[in-house]
This record gives sequence, structure tokens and C-alpha cells, in this order.
Amino acid sequence: MVAFIIRRLLQSLFVMFFVALVSFAMFQFIGDPVNQMVGVETSLAERAALRERLGLNDPMVVQFWHYIVNAVSGDFGISYQHKRPVAQMLLERLPATLELSLVSALLSLVVGIPMGVYTGLNRDGFLAKVFLTISLIGISLPTFLIGILLIFVFSVTLANIPPISVLGLFAIDLSVLQLPSFGRGTTVDLGWWRTGLLTSDGLKALIMPSITLGLFQLTLIMRLVRSEMLEVLRADYIKFARARGLSNRAVHFGHALKNTLVPVITITGLQIGSIIAFAIITETVFQWPGMGQMFLQAVQNVDIPIMAAYLMLIAFFFVVINLIVDMLYYVVDPRLRVDTGKVSGHG
Amino acid sequence: MRKTLMAAAMAAVVAGAFAAPAAEAKTFRWAFQGDAQSLDPYSLNETFTLGLLGNVYEGLIRRDENLQIQPALAESWEIVEPTRWRFHLRKGVKFHNGNDFTADDVLFSAARVRAEGSDLKTRLAGVVDIVKVDDHTVEFVTDAPNPILHYEWATWGIMDKEWSEANDATAPTDVTAGKENFATRNSNGTGPFMVTSRETGVKTVLKPFDGWWDAANKKHNLTEVVFTPISSDSTRVAALLSGEIDMMYPVPVQDMNRLESDPNTNVLSGPELRTIFLGMDQEYDELLYSSVKGKNPFKDVKVREAFYRAIDIEAIHKKIMRGLSAPTSLMISPFLFSRSDEFKRPGYDPEKSRKLLADAGYPNGFEVTMDCPNDRYVNDEKICQAVVAMLAKVGVKVDLLAQPKAQYFAKVLRPKRDTSFYLLGWTPGSFDSWNVLYNIIATPAEDGRGKFNLGGYSNPKIDELTTKILSETDATKRDAMIFEAYSLLDQDWGYIPLHQQGLAWGTRKNVDLAQRADNQFMLYYVNVN
Amino acid sequence: MADVPVTPAGRPAMILYPLRRFFDGDVWASFKRSPITVGAALVTLLYFMMAAFGPWIAPYDPFDLAKLDLLDSLLPPAWSADGDPRYLLGTDDQGRDMLSAIIYGSRVSLLIGFASVLLSMVLGIGLGLVSGFVGGAIDAFIMRMAEIQLSFPAILVALLINGVVIGYFKTHPEWQVDQVTLAYVVLVLSIGLSNWVQYARTVRGSTLVERGKEYVQAAHVIGIHPVKIMLRHILPNVMGPVLVIATIQLALAVIAEATLSFLGVGVPPTEPSLGTLIRVGNDYLFSGEWWVTIFPGAALAILVLAVNLLGDWLRDALNPKLR
Repeated sequence: MVAFIIRRLLQSLFVMFFVALVSFAMFQFIGDPVNQMVGVETSLAERAALRERLGLNDPMVVQFWHYIVNAVSGDFGISYQHKRPVAQMLLERLPATLELSLVSALLSLVVGIPMGVYTGLNRDGFLAKVFLTISLIGISLPTFLIGILLIFVFSVTLANIPPISVLGLFAIDLSVLQLPSFGRGTTVDLGWWRTGLLTSDGLKALIMPSITLGLFQLTLIMRLVRSEMLEVLRADYIKFARARGLSNRAVHFGHALKNTLVPVITITGLQIGSIIAFAIITETVFQWPGMGQMFLQAVQNVDIPIMAAYLMLIAFFFVVINLIVDMLYYVVDPRLRVDTGKVSGHG
Repeated sequence: MRKTLMAAAMAAVVAGAFAAPAAEAKTFRWAFQGDAQSLDPYSLNETFTLGLLGNVYEGLIRRDENLQIQPALAESWEIVEPTRWRFHLRKGVKFHNGNDFTADDVLFSAARVRAEGSDLKTRLAGVVDIVKVDDHTVEFVTDAPNPILHYEWATWGIMDKEWSEANDATAPTDVTAGKENFATRNSNGTGPFMVTSRETGVKTVLKPFDGWWDAANKKHNLTEVVFTPISSDSTRVAALLSGEIDMMYPVPVQDMNRLESDPNTNVLSGPELRTIFLGMDQEYDELLYSSVKGKNPFKDVKVREAFYRAIDIEAIHKKIMRGLSAPTSLMISPFLFSRSDEFKRPGYDPEKSRKLLADAGYPNGFEVTMDCPNDRYVNDEKICQAVVAMLAKVGVKVDLLAQPKAQYFAKVLRPKRDTSFYLLGWTPGSFDSWNVLYNIIATPAEDGRGKFNLGGYSNPKIDELTTKILSETDATKRDAMIFEAYSLLDQDWGYIPLHQQGLAWGTRKNVDLAQRADNQFMLYYVNVN
Repeated sequence: MADVPVTPAGRPAMILYPLRRFFDGDVWASFKRSPITVGAALVTLLYFMMAAFGPWIAPYDPFDLAKLDLLDSLLPPAWSADGDPRYLLGTDDQGRDMLSAIIYGSRVSLLIGFASVLLSMVLGIGLGLVSGFVGGAIDAFIMRMAEIQLSFPAILVALLINGVVIGYFKTHPEWQVDQVTLAYVVLVLSIGLSNWVQYARTVRGSTLVERGKEYVQAAHVIGIHPVKIMLRHILPNVMGPVLVIATIQLALAVIAEATLSFLGVGVPPTEPSLGTLIRVGNDYLFSGEWWVTIFPGAALAILVLAVNLLGDWLRDALNPKLR
């Protein structure tokens, strides 16, 4: 196990290094940062001088080398746009993205797994079919459109709706359900961590973005759990379990669900990473002050230090998540332990 | 938000106990599509950054709601010799931290605005010496007579020498030096508002500066201002419709009707100073992107006229800009040139266009690639699409390459100039035709002339006029020369001006404010009722 | 697994086995039993026909810019008060007939979708099989590549490929590529390359499990070539999860295309795909011109729904374990 972890750590370093290298190769295609850093009246000579001083005329490998040397000492440079240290800017934005991502991942698991189990157990049930069909909406419209439709309904329409009178007895004022269309609401600072989870309007502001972000994962997880359940329920050991007279409940949850978890863990682990990536769109639609939004703006303005640092950070997340997923494999599926033992034997 | 409001209300109540007229809390929340890059007033020569900081820092002059020059930190000025201007500084002006404003601050700011890392060096172009006569008198010596020396000084905010030196902020942040500058996130101006907190790209809070020198004439009634950048158009519109913000801009043109018809919102629209135009490459001997090989069709004036005449600008005005544009035949806003009404736009004439193309040897048209930004100007991509369709009707097949501005500018700007046909917008920073002639129309040269003349249009007579216009101090003669230059451009069909793009600001019904044609939003005109 | 018959060498590869079963009675019967599936199949078929015969069905050619009239732009559907009978579903911001634009757009979207799914499927299954079966350093290498791939948001992959592809065609002017073709290449490559990891990880996971099973080890022992084992014995058993992914991915590819165009890299709006139509229509959501968003949005949603329902059924029907 220790040898396995050390080997994985070394491989992870290689991943990070490679990500940095590819990022650098990529930057030259994104545009010229100098045009976004100066006003129109700046002369061509000054532009050229700035380009030179930024080292943008150096060969890519040289730029890359300087970057790695600095990055190792924790210096990710100064944002071209905002003239501030990039590490500090990312750190300020990190809590917003992580809170949004974790809440939507949680949402997709908490809703997705039970729905998957239900639709798996009641394969031909009417309600299961309804669930399945409705859940498809999560993947049948682009994220940005879902976000904007939610804003349209819950921020704009509800804000301007007059109270509905019921039989003249009392009035229902739907405008209390109105949700904020942008930002995080009131936040509280816990040390450097700025959280929106401790205030009521911070939580309210989280609702639409996390649904928008989580809907896709929810659909994916539900469908995955369902199909795994269907397969596992036909497996011999389940038949034996039934034959032994175990209750349905014990069979379904003790055996079947447990065995569907391997692929669910894989996919969920992978999805946490892609949630962070997808957060770029969601954050942009809801003006959520996270890293994804900052990254997209950096792409639009060719703010290379921000792009590079963001990509490194995301690569780091993936590496860590993958490590954890691989370790969970060990715990959940004993067969793999033997397997990987063999693999290491080859290696 | 409710909490912020409460806090603001409490703060106002506490403040009210001390201030004589117990002012009601007036928090004003507004949004723009982006954020100011930095709080350092010299970091970037760009409208929004300068506009936001224009509430915090002030120049020697300022511009009123009609863009007329007014005295600000300088009470008055005179030209003592053709190349020597004397400015009398206002006495009793305080910076936000309580420091006095003096001639030393002007000298310091002049040095700082020319330092490495400053993007506003052109504010003092041609100034060879700055002399402190006494604590409240400063003289500027120029290398040649320059009647518009101070035109851009409204956006050259004066900084406090002591504060900058104490905080090691004597030069703008130089990104290549790898160190953040104190003035990037802190400010100390003389203006009507001071920044109380700022999260880059998230939120900036300002409050009025009680010690403002012009407080007696203040027009606003605000006690707090919260600015949030909202980049997505739809979200920005939604936030205004739902009442989460009091004002936002720009309003997407297609949403103007919606905001106007909503009982709670309003749209303020007006002309902007930006001219949108099409440029054609007339410099390369063979077009970079075209089916025509071995020659450059745009070198033929008939082809240029054919393109001009193929464009139905009224349809673009009506359908794409929804009325929020002023079709033009000039490369400068009519507000900035006194004789602009003497120019008429040549009519839309597809028949003649086809004929001109046939005469030029392209009876079946030809193919050319068009470069277009898709996130820079109002409906830029839609305009380009419409142009492509209109040109298709006269037989020219245009391959449209619409890209985000970062890639677009990297491709089309000098020194690369990798384009054959493009759409660009221009606002003269000095509000004057010389800027347009020098940057857009004059023949490109090593010294920076014609820097944004991406098609390489060239007419030596215009170049000559441009040089003369710079130092001509007689307004009538100057305008005559400008008139001649624009007329020459027209005869050459050198560019295809499209329109003046319009401004559209959305407000809640209870907000009053003044809209300036340079698209700078000044908080001291805002009233929340 | 024990109930899967091992076919002797020389007979059609087992990869074809599920397809063969499609035509024997059981599958067909299960198809006919499910009205939802029949409906989904009909809808999918309709879209495919629309894509194939678009130019003959559509009332106008929305890609022919010379025919567009800006003065006809943003007309509401024919049945509303201001509608024009010439344009059944109204027109978009450039005066394009919405119905024709949707027909042509579906064609473009399906083309990009299929091509990129095919690319990522072939790549992902291949790498996943090798990774899971061979193991060792190769496995580690492929999985680390997967991590690298995953840590790049698709938007960046698209920008990179965009740059490389444009650079390539610039130095090879003999290709004579226009912006539309260029956009297709960029989209298929970037969506295809962004999605192979899903297949690879899933196939690898299943392969690891299958590899440990007796029948595979037995095949190994009797000296069957590893490639043969992979293709004949392991591949059919991982096809279930792969189909789940592929159906989702087809829909996803269409949506990814829309998202990329939302971010500024996508099919040019002069020859719009369904995604581009939605992106453009997105600007008109608040302004009252609902038909510019709603019709292409609905067209996309129905297509995705139908493909997914069909995929759901196909997965259950082809899975011998569920029968």
C-alpha cells in the first residue's frame, strides 16, 4: 500500500508537470495579452517593449522553465489584468467554487442514488419511468440555458408577480420564493475562508447555481445506479442470497447496492473534477465569484498567470481525487487488491 | 443584501446623529459587464476603469454632463506663451486622508503618469517641462503649440504625493516586476466618493467623501454605493428587472423594449462617441484571404465603392441595432466635429454595386474572409453577419471569422495585421478629429502614425493635413482642414463608416442620473428617490 | 457471465453477437412491447431523415445568405397576429426561417455529435482495454494521461485545437478550408478528445474485473492471442456500460457544441447548428422574441430525449444478464 501510494504520488507530479507544459503550449493560441493590458493609445514600440519584458518573446520552453522555477517556490506571478498576486486571487475565489461544487455534488448523490435504486428496483413501474424521463431534462439542455431559464422564473417572474387571492379568503404571495439572480448573498469570513453557508440569503443564493450545476451529475448518477442495480440483481450471488431466504431489503441494500458502488465511486470521483470544470459556465451565468468565472475572464483577457495557476490547481484537485478513488477501490472491491498486486509485480 | 441594507441604515442613523440634516440611507447598487482592472488611476487607459476612478480621483479639469470642460482642481488657466500654459490650482482641496492638495502633488502625478507601467503616458505627450511657480500655480511647457493640451486631463487623476510615497506606490504596478502595488487596491483621491472596500471582480463599495471641495454643489443624495460586475447580459437584465440592482449598463439592445415596458424600469439611451466602421486591406499586393490571386481587389476604388453601396445601413439600424445607432458617413462622432452635417451618406444601391464590381472585372464577385469581434462592440457579430448577407446579394462571398476580442485583436492589430476585411470601432480619447486622422486614416508610419489604420489606406494629402491640424490654433481654419481631410477620404471610399453606436443604460424608475456620451458613469449625478 | 456462450473461432466475432440477437424474436418483441421506445425510435428516425434529406424538406436554404432579408428578421410564428405565412415558425435575428434553420441545424448537430462520439468511443475503448488488460506501466501511463485530459476544461482543449488547426491550415493553403469546415474539425476533435476518458475508465474498470474471471484466464492459458481475448471475450461484456455512455455522450456532444459556441468557439452563426441557434436565441429570452430560443431548444431537447430513451431500452435489451 505504501509503495503504491509513493508510486502514485510520483506519477501525480508527472501529471502536474505535463499539465503545466501543455498549458504553456496552449497560451500562444489564446491571443496576445499585451493588447488587453494597455489602452488604445499606447504606441507599438511600447507594446513591443512590454511584450519583451513579460518574456513573451522567449521560446516557449524558456517561459515554461521560468514559470516552473517560480511556481516551485510558490510564486505564481502577478495577474496581467488586475496587477495582483495570482495565488492570493485564487485563494480568495477558492471557497466560493468549493462550496458550490460540494453542495451540487452532494445534491446529485443524495437525490441521484435513491432515485437510481428506486428506478432499478421498479424497472417497469410507472413512477420509475416518469423519474427516468424527467431526469433526462438535466442533460437535454445546455447548462447556460437551464441557468438562465431558472433566473427567468425564480428571479424575474416571481419578483413581479402580484399576490394570488385564494377564494378571497387569503392571499398567497409567491414573491417570497424569489431567489437572487447573481452573487453569493451575505458572506461570513471564517479566517480567510469566506463562506455563504452561514447566512440565510447566502444559502438562498446557492440554490439555483447548485441545481444548475448538479442537474447533469444527478441524471448521470441516477442512470448509472439504475443500470448497475439491474445487472447486479440478476447476478448469481443475489439469486443465492434470495434462495437463502434473506429479506428483499437485505438483498437490495446489503448486497445489491453495495456492489453497484464501484462504478458509482469512479464516476462520482471523476465528476467532482468535471463539476469544477463545469462550474465555469454556471459561475458565469450566476456571476458567482468563484475561480471558474475568474478563469473564463482570464481566457477572455489572455491573463496568462491566472490561467496557468488555475489549470495547475485543477490538475492538483484531479490528482488528489483520483488518488482517493483508487484507494476507495481497495476498500470496496477486494478483488482489485490482488489485481493491483499483480500489476505491481509486472511493473 | 438585507443585512447590508440594515447595516447601511444603522450607519446612516449613527452618522445622522452627528450631521445636521439627518440624511436617509440611500444605497445605490449598480452593475456593469466588467470590473475596473485596478484602483490605480494610471494602470489602464480604458473607459470603464477611468470612469469608475473618475468618482474617486479628479483631474485639473473635469467634463460636465455635456462633456464641456469645467475647472476642477485647477480653478483657471491661461496660455502665457504659445508653448507655456499656466494653471492656477484650487485652494483648500483635501485628499480623502485629509492631506492638502498642492502643486507638489501635480508634479508628482506628472512624474508618476509618465513612469514605467503607466498606460496614460500620452496625457502629457509633448510636455517638455513642468514648473512649480508656487504652491498653487503650475506651468506646463510644450515642445510645440498645442491647443488641445488639456482635453484629456479630466481622466488624469491627481494623486497625493505624501500618501503614495509613504505606501511605496510612487509608480504604477509593473506586472513584469512581479510585485503588487499599494495603489492597486487602495485609493486616496480628492473626488466626491471614496472606496471603502473592494474585492477584485466581485464587489466595490464606495461612500461619499464629506470633505469634498465641491460638496456645496453636490447633486447626488447617496450615502453608499455598491458596484458589482455582472458579465452575462441576461443575468444583468434579470437583476435589474428583479430589483436586486438599481442601475446597470450596457443594456442589450434587444432588451430595451422589455425594460421600457416594465413598470419598474427605464432605459436611458443616447448617442455614444464610438464610430463603428469596416476597413478593407489596401496595403498588401495580394489579399491574404481571398479567391483573387496575384492582385488586391480593394486597391481598386470601384470595388471599395461597390462594398460601401452594398450595405443597407438603415436595415442594420432598424433591425439589428433596434434604433440604437446613428448611421453615419463620418469616421468621427458628429458631436465632435462642427461641420459634420455637411456630409451625407451615399445611398444604398445594390444595382450600382453589382455594376461597379463588373466594371472592376468581377462580374461574378469574389471571395474574401472577414474578421469580426464577437464580444467587443454592441451586436458586433450580428452586424457582421448582416454585412455578409448583404454582400452575398451583390455576388461577393464573404467567409466570416467572428472571434472573441482577445483572438480578434491579436490577429488584426499591427504589427501582425493579418486581415483582409474587418470591423472595428473607434472613440477619439481627446474628443477631437486629429486623433481619428492620426490613428485611423493617416498612412501608417514607424513613429506610430496610422497605428490603427489596419487596411493601410493612404493619401499623402491627408497626411499633410493631419500634421498641420495638430498645431493649428485657429478653430475655423482647423475645421476647414479637417473638413478637407474627411472629404478626401470620402472620394477615395477609403473606409466604410457604419454608425455611431448608441448607449443604453437601464435604471429602476426611482433613480435619476445624467448620461454622458463618453459612456463614463459619474455617481455625483445620481439621485435615488 | 457463465451463460454467455463462447463462440468457436471462425464464427462472427462476439462483438456482433448482441447485434445478431437484435433480430431474433426476443429483442424485437421487447421493442414492440414498449410504446415509449417505439415513440422514441420514430422520433429519432424522423430526425435522421430530417438530417439526411434536409435540403429537400426545408422550405428555404438558411445557409444561402444571399436569400436572407434583414427586413424579415424576428417575425413571430405564422399563427400569431404579426406572423408571416411564409415562415411557419417565424424568423431569427437575420431573417432566417426558423423551421429551415432547425432542420439544417439538426443535420449539423447530428453530424458533429456522431463524429465526435465515434472518435471518443474508438479512442476510449481501445485505451481502456489495453490499460485494463495489459496493466503495469502502460496502464499507469494511460490513466495518468486520462487525468491530464480531465484536468483541462473542454473550452481550453477547444481553444488549443482551434489554434493548432488554424495554424495547420494556414501553412497548408492547398486545403482551401473555409471557417465552417474548420469549425467542424475543431469541434469534433475537441469534443471527441475531451470525452474518451469516460469510456476508457469504465472499460478499464470492467476489464479489470473480467480479467480476473476464470473464462478469461482459461482462454489465456490455452494460448489465445491477447488481442483476440480482448475483442472476443472482454469487449462484449463491457459493451453495456459503453452504450450507456455513448447514448449520453451523443446528447452531450450536441450540448457541448452549444456550450462552446456560448463561450465563443463554435460553428459560425452564418451556418448555425442547433446549439448555435440556441446560443443566439439565448439573447432573446427576456425580450419577447421567444420563438428564437424556444423552438431550437425544444428541437434539441426532443432529440436528446428520444436518443436517450432509445439508448435506455437498447441497453436493457442487449444485456443478456437482464433477460
